Amino acid sequence: MSAAPETVKAGLPDAHLEYPLRRYGMDHSHYDWSMLPKRKPVQWPGGARVALWVVPALEWFPLNMKGVPFKPPGAMMTAYPDLRHYTLRDYGNRVGIFRIMQALAKHQIRASVAVNAAVALRYPSLIQACTGQGWEVIANGLDMDHLHHAALAPDDEAQLISSTLAILRQASGQPVRGWLSPAKSESANTLALLGEAGLDYVCDWVNDDMPYPMHTPAKTLHAMPHPIDIDDHTILVQNHHTEDDFRDQLCDQFDLLYRESATQGGRVMAISLHPWVIGQPYRIGALEQALKHIMAHRGVWAATGSEILDAWTAAQA
Amino acid sequence: MKRDPGFYDYLPYNNRPRIEWPGGARVAFWVAPNVEFYELNPPKNPARAAWARPAPDVLNYSYRDYGNRVGFWRMLEAMQRCNMRGSVSLNVAMCQHHPEVIQACADNGWEFYSHGTYNTRYLMGMTEAQERAVIQDSIDTVRQYTGQKLDGWLAPALTYTERTLDLVAEMGLTYVCDLFHDDQPGPVKVRQGRLTSVPYSLEMNDTIVYNVNLVQPRRYADILKRQFDRLYEEGEQSGTVMCIPLHPYLVGQPYRMAAFEEALSYITSHDKVWLATGREIAQHFNTHYFDAFAAAAQPAGDSP
Repeated sequence: MSAAPETVKAGLPDAHLEYPLRRYGMDHSHYDWSMLPKRKPVQWPGGARVALWVVPALEWFPLNMKGVPFKPPGAMMTAYPDLRHYTLRDYGNRVGIFRIMQALAKHQIRASVAVNAAVALRYPSLIQACTGQGWEVIANGLDMDHLHHAALAPDDEAQLISSTLAILRQASGQPVRGWLSPAKSESANTLALLGEAGLDYVCDWVNDDMPYPMHTPAKTLHAMPHPIDIDDHTILVQNHHTEDDFRDQLCDQFDLLYRESATQGGRVMAISLHPWVIGQPYRIGALEQALKHIMAHRGVWAATGSEILDAWTAAQA
Repeated sequence: MKRDPGFYDYLPYNNRPRIEWPGGARVAFWVAPNVEFYELNPPKNPARAAWARPAPDVLNYSYRDYGNRVGFWRMLEAMQRCNMRGSVSLNVAMCQHHPEVIQACADNGWEFYSHGTYNTRYLMGMTEAQERAVIQDSIDTVRQYTGQKLDGWLAPALTYTERTLDLVAEMGLTYVCDLFHDDQPGPVKVRQGRLTSVPYSLEMNDTIVYNVNLVQPRRYADILKRQFDRLYEEGEQSGTVMCIPLHPYLVGQPYRMAAFEEALSYITSHDKVWLATGREIAQHFNTHYFDAFAAAAQPAGDSP
């Protein structure tokens, strides 16, 4: 039999013109299609308009990182041993986080701190300092070199989740209801495994400004609106904007959400922070100024992730 | 491979037939929201991966999904307040996935043109028959779900074969947004049909501004106003075109929305600006200037 002519062999495989998931809604079953302005308006406790959710991350980047399947933001960059990046990340856990703590305490804001379990093992007093402020602990994986990804066997991933939770529950004395995957990286099984582990919310998906339900076999999880945009690393390190620019963008974010809440119900403003970034002396003032602007408004409810989720759930009834 | 795409002749800006827009407008202004659907697990094109991270790229997928759930609706309200119609650069599978978005656009009198089927399906490597099937899908889907005849084209994720523009012209489309060589419309040289290039813009495109140039939202507003001011000034001599291409997942973020609306309000409140759609600009040019522009253009000399 002769080979097919070149014109037949050329081109893309048939799958490129096949659309098995071209249907109403999403092309997967993790959550339902839903339009923010079409939802029932949410009432926050005390008639608040904006729930302010501050989420600093306590991260540990091992010196001998493998970076599988990719290097997360903040990873080691130079030839081993990369002392400069290792120690600068550690600066956040030694110094920067305490500047954030002071800035938040001034306004009685309790953070929800996303913690690598490795940080809880290495620096137990830091976890106590956080819980002593009334902060909620969110699980942020084992460390920044244990990403959740497709090549991880489901049993291994389940083990990674359960050991992470065990360490953080022990260290914090809290139930630990929330999860943030390191670098927001998931496998196709992560959501199901988080549901099996009994978690209530996950912070990896950046497709909404409000909580929403996610389907897993074991239970309904909720996605919490943890942004990649309003994030000190994105704006200050990646985008190279100034501290004043960061402050302005935080204030603009708040102003829009606050305005929208007048007609569309309660909103969540989440601020994602990295102590090694915002905790530098020349930068911390930007956060302080933004918080001053935000907290000067009536109807701002500074809350933890669990408090926001519980109030949101109650408002769906 | 070609050394020159061969789609247009050389027509210097300082020596052209004078364009007059309807109502004596100096600038034909249009806004092109890219209403897109990105698949979580698309088939992999050998020439380009859909996602930066290994599948499933939850971060980048969900970032785009924000546009449909949240950003679009915010952008729509800003457009309504400025009486600005959109010309939707549409991944046509949106008609099946999120018909509510399509309906909202239609209710506001917006135009739909094609931006391929999905933003995760690329044209590179397709046979002519495959490419025709993609274009026909767009024609049929836009007709079925919106009642509109498909006139415009912006290739999905700006991916092409050498024959893409020939095929869209041959299949009855009248304008393309894929060429960035001018601030006025111009004829496109194709095998068959009559095709106009309508200026779109990468410089004004929020993807380039935000994802590539990493610009502050207030600075984006400044860029848009400066661009408009100059085109408005030059438009007194001969009509110019300004396009703002948008992506709801970017412009619709809370911290970016007010700055954009301020710029949109500034532009649309001028007297001599024609608030148009891509189709209207292409039609006006096609009727009045296409032939004169084609005749005035000079073929490029031999390439070395």
